[in-house]
Amino acid sequence: MVKLKNDERIKNYRTNPHDLTNIVWPLLVLAIILLFNLFFTEHFFRIVVRDDHLFGSLIDILNRAAPVMLLAIGMTLVIATAGIDISVGSVTAISGAIAAVLIAKGNAPLFQVIAVPLVVVMILGAWNGLLVSYVGIQPIIATLILLVAGRGIAQLITDGQIIVFENKPFEFIGNGFLFGLPFSITIVTVVLLITGTLARKTALGLFIESVGGNPNASRYSGVNARGIKSLVYIFTAFCAGIAGLIAASNIKAADPNSSGLNIELDAILAVVIGGTSMNGGKFSLLGSIVGAIFIQTLTTTILTRGVPVQVTLVVKALVVFAVCLLQSEAFRRGIQVRLSRRAAA
Amino acid sequence: MSNTPLLSIRGITKSFPGVRALTGVDFTLRCGEVHALMGENGAGKSTLIKLLTGVYPRDAGEILLDGKPIDPHAPSETQALGISTVYQEVNLIPTLSVAENIFLGRQPLQPGKKIDWKRIHSGAETALQRLGLHLDVTQQLSAFSIAIQQMVAIARALDFEAKILILDEPTSSLDVHEVERLFAVMRKLKQDGLGIIFVTHFLEQVYQISDRITVLRNGQLVGEYQTAFLTRMDLITKMMGKELQELTDRTGESQTKRSNGAKDCFMELRGLGKRNSINPFDLQLYQGEVLGFAGLLGSGRTEIARLLFGIDKAEHGETVIDDQTTVLNSPQRAIGYGFGFCPEDRKNSGIIDELTVTENIILALQAKRGWFRQIPRKMREELAAKYIRALNISTPTANQKLKNLSGGNQQKVIVARWLAAGPRFLILDEPTRGIDVGAKTEIQKLILALSAQGMSILFISSELAEVVRCCHRVAVLRDRNKIAELTGEQIDEQVIMKTIAEG
Repeated sequence: MVKLKNDERIKNYRTNPHDLTNIVWPLLVLAIILLFNLFFTEHFFRIVVRDDHLFGSLIDILNRAAPVMLLAIGMTLVIATAGIDISVGSVTAISGAIAAVLIAKGNAPLFQVIAVPLVVVMILGAWNGLLVSYVGIQPIIATLILLVAGRGIAQLITDGQIIVFENKPFEFIGNGFLFGLPFSITIVTVVLLITGTLARKTALGLFIESVGGNPNASRYSGVNARGIKSLVYIFTAFCAGIAGLIAASNIKAADPNSSGLNIELDAILAVVIGGTSMNGGKFSLLGSIVGAIFIQTLTTTILTRGVPVQVTLVVKALVVFAVCLLQSEAFRRGIQVRLSRRAAA
Repeated sequence: MSNTPLLSIRGITKSFPGVRALTGVDFTLRCGEVHALMGENGAGKSTLIKLLTGVYPRDAGEILLDGKPIDPHAPSETQALGISTVYQEVNLIPTLSVAENIFLGRQPLQPGKKIDWKRIHSGAETALQRLGLHLDVTQQLSAFSIAIQQMVAIARALDFEAKILILDEPTSSLDVHEVERLFAVMRKLKQDGLGIIFVTHFLEQVYQISDRITVLRNGQLVGEYQTAFLTRMDLITKMMGKELQELTDRTGESQTKRSNGAKDCFMELRGLGKRNSINPFDLQLYQGEVLGFAGLLGSGRTEIARLLFGIDKAEHGETVIDDQTTVLNSPQRAIGYGFGFCPEDRKNSGIIDELTVTENIILALQAKRGWFRQIPRKMREELAAKYIRALNISTPTANQKLKNLSGGNQQKVIVARWLAAGPRFLILDEPTRGIDVGAKTEIQKLILALSAQGMSILFISSELAEVVRCCHRVAVLRDRNKIAELTGEQIDEQVIMKTIAEG
C-alpha cells in the first residue's frame, strides 16, 4: 500500500502509566462523598477513644469495608487477566461454614480453624482456574458454577443450619482491636502489602498484565499464561476465604444462606471504580481499595442520612452510575469537547 | 448472451486515513466465467471485494451490473442485486441446522406468522441439490466438515438468485479432495451462466479452475489476462512487481557475500508435517546462518515457523535438536531451547498494546528468568534505552504505551523483546511488512549483523529482493510443500521465481 504520510508521529503523549494518575478519579469521588458528609452529617469525622479503642464513622466504614476490600484485592488480579470471578460470595460462605463447624462440632485448635477453610477454598479457586485456563470456559460461566454450587456446599457443611459458636481467640479476627483499630483493618493492610509486594517486586504483576493485555503474545513470549490465570483464581479464592473468616467471626456464627450474598458484585464494582479495565491489562490495587471504601462510605452515608430503606438501592445505583460516567474516558472527552465548543462560541 | 459484461468496474478508488488502498482499478466479469483475482498481501483484493459488496463506500469510480450503474451501501443491498459473497471463514451459525442457516433472516412464514418449517426444509434440500449435495438439512451445521459448511454457505449465497458469486479464499482450510469437490460445483455453476470471482493464494488452483486472471499490486491494476495464455512465471512476476528484464539487468551486482562456510547444525527436522497446514518436509538449521523462506502467501511459510516454535504440534516427523530427539509442543519449550519468534500477525500475537515500551521489551527475558527473579529497575531501564537506541525506535519515552507507537516502531519493539532475551535462533515472520523503507533497511542490516555474531535466523518475507539480500540459504515453498533449497549463486530473484512457478 502507498503510505501518504509519515507514520512515525506519536499520536498521544502520556507519561508513566504506573504513576498515580490512575487513582486520581477514585480518590476524587471519595473526596466528594466525604466532603458531602463534612457539611451535612453531624459528627461524621469525629473519632473518640474508648478503652484505648478508636470509635467513629470513619473507623466503622473501614471495618465494614474489610471483606469487600479483601475480595477487591483478589478480583483486581482476576480482572487484570481479562477474567472475572463471580463465585467469591459463595466461597466466603464456605470458608465461614467450615470454620464454624470446626469450632462448634470439632472444638478444633485455632490454627486448624483458620488453615483448613483457607486450604479448602484455595482448592476451589484452583477448580475455577482449571475451568478457565485449561478447559477454556468463559470466566463468568466457569465461576457461575461455583457461585451456585458453592452455596449448596456451604449448606451441606452446616447441615442447612445457622451455626452459632463461641471461641474467644477466633472471635478476635472479626471483633478484636490492634493498635486501637479493628483487627480486620490490620488483616486487609497485611494482605494488601503482601499482594502489592508480590505484584510489583516480582514479575507476577507484569505477567498478569501481559496475559490480560494479550494472552497470545504473552504465550509466544514464554509467559506461562495458563499458570498465571490459574494462580489469580486461587488467590482470589484465598482472599474470599479470609473475608469469610472475618464475617463469621464478626457475628459469631456461620449463615450459609446469606453470608457474602451479592458481595461479589460490590467487589467487581470496587475494581471498576478503582480504574482497572474489565478488558484486562493494567491494574491498580490501591484504586480498588479506594473503590471499596467509597462503596462502604456511600452505604453508610445513605443509612445515616435516613434515606428510606426502600429507595437506598436506587440512590446507590444512581451514585455508582455517576461515578462510572466520571471514570469513562470517552464520557470525559465528550464533555471536554462540548465545553471547548461552548467556549469557542 | 449479449456483449455487455455481467459486471464492470471502472476506475474505482479508495483511500483510508494515511493509505491509498486502490487507485483507478478496472475489473470486468463476464457470464459463465471463473475470474481469479490475484495479488500479494496489501495489493487491494479484499478492498476491491468490499467496495463491490458495499461494505465500504468508494471514493471514486463506477460499478455497472448488466450495464446499469449500481451504488450499494450495504452487503444486503448487493445481495438483493444478485451479488453473493462467501468468505474464507464460514460466516454461518454452527449451532443452527443446515436448513436454518440457508434461510437465516428470511424464513418463509405461514399465515399467522409461524415459521413454515416444511418450506424451509424442502427449500434447503433444493438449494443443496443444485450443488449436487444430499444432506440431512435438519442436522446441526457444526456436525459437518468445513468443506461441507463451505458448500452450505455457497448454497445460501446462490439461493439469493445470485448472478455473481464471490469466493474469497474458499479453499484455504480444505484438503485436496474437498477442493476437487468445490471445483466441481464451481464448474457446474459456470455452465449455469454465473460469473464467479475467485480470490486465492494457491497458484495451481488458479490454473485449474479460472478462465481469466486480474492481477493487482499495491492498490493498482497490473492487468487482465487469459489464464491459458499467461505462464506461471509471468503471473508471479506480475504479482511481485518485477519484470524479468529488470531482474536480468541486476543479477551482476551484490553477489559477494555468500561466503557462509559449513557451520554447526543445531537442529534437524525429518519429515515434519501437519495435515491442512504443511506437507512433510526436511530442514536443517545452522548456527550463524540466515535461512530465508520464499513463496507466496499461504504456501506454508508461516506454518513451518509455527511448527518450529511449538505453537502448532507436528503430526508426523522427527525433530532433533543438539543431537537429541525432542518434541516441540509449546512456545515455552522452544524458548527453553533458545528460540525466539516475531510473528507475522503483530497485532494479535506480538504486541501487548496496553503495556509500555519497556515492559514489552523485557517481557521475554523476564519470562525466561521466571516470576521470582524480577529484572531490577535499573537494568530494565538500561535494556529499554539500549534497544530504543540500537533499533532506532521512535518513542517520546520508554514508558509510552505501545499502542501509541506506529506499526514500524511496534515491530522493532517486538524484535527488541527477543534480542533482549538473547536467543540463538530467531524466527522473523514478515518483520518488514507494513513498515516504511527506512525501518526496513534497518531491520535487514540488523539481521545480517546478528547472524555475523553467530545467531541463526529464519527470515520469512514476501519481498524477494529482501530475501535475496539477507539470506545465505533459501527454502522455496509452494502450495504447502517445500519444493527446493537454493544456495550461493542460485539465490537470485529470477531463479526463485522460476522455482516457485515450475517447481
